[in-house]
Amino acid sequence: MEEIIQARNLTKRYNDVVAVDEISFTVRAGEVFGFLGPNGAGKTTTMKMISCLSPRTTGSLAVFGMDPEEHPTVIKAKMGIVPQETNLDPDFTCAGNLTTYARYFDIPAAEAQARSDSLLAFVQLEEKRDVLIDKLSGGMKRRLILARALINNPALLILDEPTIGLDPQARHLIWERLRLLQAQGNTIVLTTHYLDEAARLCDRLVIMDSGKILVEGAPADLVKQYVGSEIVEVEKSDEVMACLSRLGIASENVGDMVQIATESARDVAKALLDLCQPKRVITRQATLEDVFLKLTGRTLKE
Amino acid sequence: MRALWTLPPVTRRATKVWQRNLDVFVKTWKVNFFPPFVEAFLYLFAIGLGIGTYVGMIDDVPYVNFIAPAILAISIMNSAFFECTYGSYVRMYYQKSFDAIIATPLSIEDVIAGELLWGATRSVISVAAMLPVFAFFGVISLPFSLFVIPLAFLGGLMFAGIAMCFTAITPGIDTLNYPAFLFITPMVLFSGTFFPLEILPVAFQYVAVAILPLTHLVAVTRMFTFPALSPMLALHLAWIAGVTILSSVLALNLMRRRLIT
Repeated sequence: MEEIIQARNLTKRYNDVVAVDEISFTVRAGEVFGFLGPNGAGKTTTMKMISCLSPRTTGSLAVFGMDPEEHPTVIKAKMGIVPQETNLDPDFTCAGNLTTYARYFDIPAAEAQARSDSLLAFVQLEEKRDVLIDKLSGGMKRRLILARALINNPALLILDEPTIGLDPQARHLIWERLRLLQAQGNTIVLTTHYLDEAARLCDRLVIMDSGKILVEGAPADLVKQYVGSEIVEVEKSDEVMACLSRLGIASENVGDMVQIATESARDVAKALLDLCQPKRVITRQATLEDVFLKLTGRTLKE
Repeated sequence: MRALWTLPPVTRRATKVWQRNLDVFVKTWKVNFFPPFVEAFLYLFAIGLGIGTYVGMIDDVPYVNFIAPAILAISIMNSAFFECTYGSYVRMYYQKSFDAIIATPLSIEDVIAGELLWGATRSVISVAAMLPVFAFFGVISLPFSLFVIPLAFLGGLMFAGIAMCFTAITPGIDTLNYPAFLFITPMVLFSGTFFPLEILPVAFQYVAVAILPLTHLVAVTRMFTFPALSPMLALHLAWIAGVTILSSVLALNLMRRRLIT
């Protein structure tokens, strides 16, 4: 498969701070590739280097086979960027934002108008066509930014926290649109710290922490490899703890509960209920969140 | 990191940023066009009917004719300077417009160049609004005064470049008050605007000619509106052109240093 982005030992230093530390990854054509990690992990910095907005310190980076520092104009023309921060133009309406942006890509006015209309429909903002940005809700703004990023029919879409701060309806709409875009053959790179979002959308992802890539793989594979398939949670009382160690079941403390990763939550739960008399037992599927917390720790990052 | 005096790469895409600002300006043209128009009237009445009657003549011209070109030059300066300080800073910092635009094929140099061109255009618009008023009251002579329109672009570009250097290094919007009060206000008063430079001490005249850009702009504007051309015209224009080039180059490189990290 064609490689859209290739990074080798990519590093970014700001003075003495290492924001991105020798990471290597490859994004292939047509896939949705995710960057997960706590705040300050280096995700946004990585996105900026890919988007030709920030020069790298060392290492190599190729986007569409070109160096972002040598050919930013050509690369940016084929790319759509959804930044983390909402930077729509408050001096224009929704349609005005799209047509003004289209001009930066040398799209002729008539074509820009047509694309603007169809993109407003795509993100369900037709009714807001002539409304100023100030009058939009947060979810509408994010949708409009997505539409703006698509104005040049980009082959590669870069999204930095695309659904940050959105309500469930708005998130689902954006997810649905992103899947549609993938089906049309777009390559999508996104960062998120919503793990359900990553698990739903990403074909492959990396988990970053402190500027390094900790793991890489398909979401389901990572869950299986690092946690197991299911989780049993039980309250952390002295009786239960004693019982668990008597039974020889390995567990991990999480607040006032303990977690047990297993291949069969049912068997473990039954054993617990029969032998330990717990007050509360929860069984569930293991998720990416378990992998994430296991790898990046449970302490607060900022 | 690129040195501050290297020639920055600017492409024709800069005109798209200029166009964006023009679109916004046109949408609110009533708010934008009338201040210079009204300002011209205010100055004419205050100076013509007020101070002018006491002062009478300066250098054998009526006082109001003496200050009319200064009003034009100050307007050229203010339009570009305030557009490229507060205006550009708001677009850069609060609206994040520059961040949005450099995610397209435009570079930061294109964006800043477009802003500078727009600042110069604001100066042209101001002059275009004031000239008819002054011409109507006969305080400037036609057709020579029409040269002030292209001059407004050059002078506007100079002040846009200087302004953008301040914008590139200012920590916040409040600190832009310093150049406004410590640089612009003294120039309004001491650049041969409301009284001839020659009545100041000689040392001060040298300072004004050496470092106050408005001095040169006022002198050239006056040559056009009187009209009273002299060989000094070329020197003044060369000074303005030189500072325009230096300040624009510096502004573009300082802005890259600020925004591309």
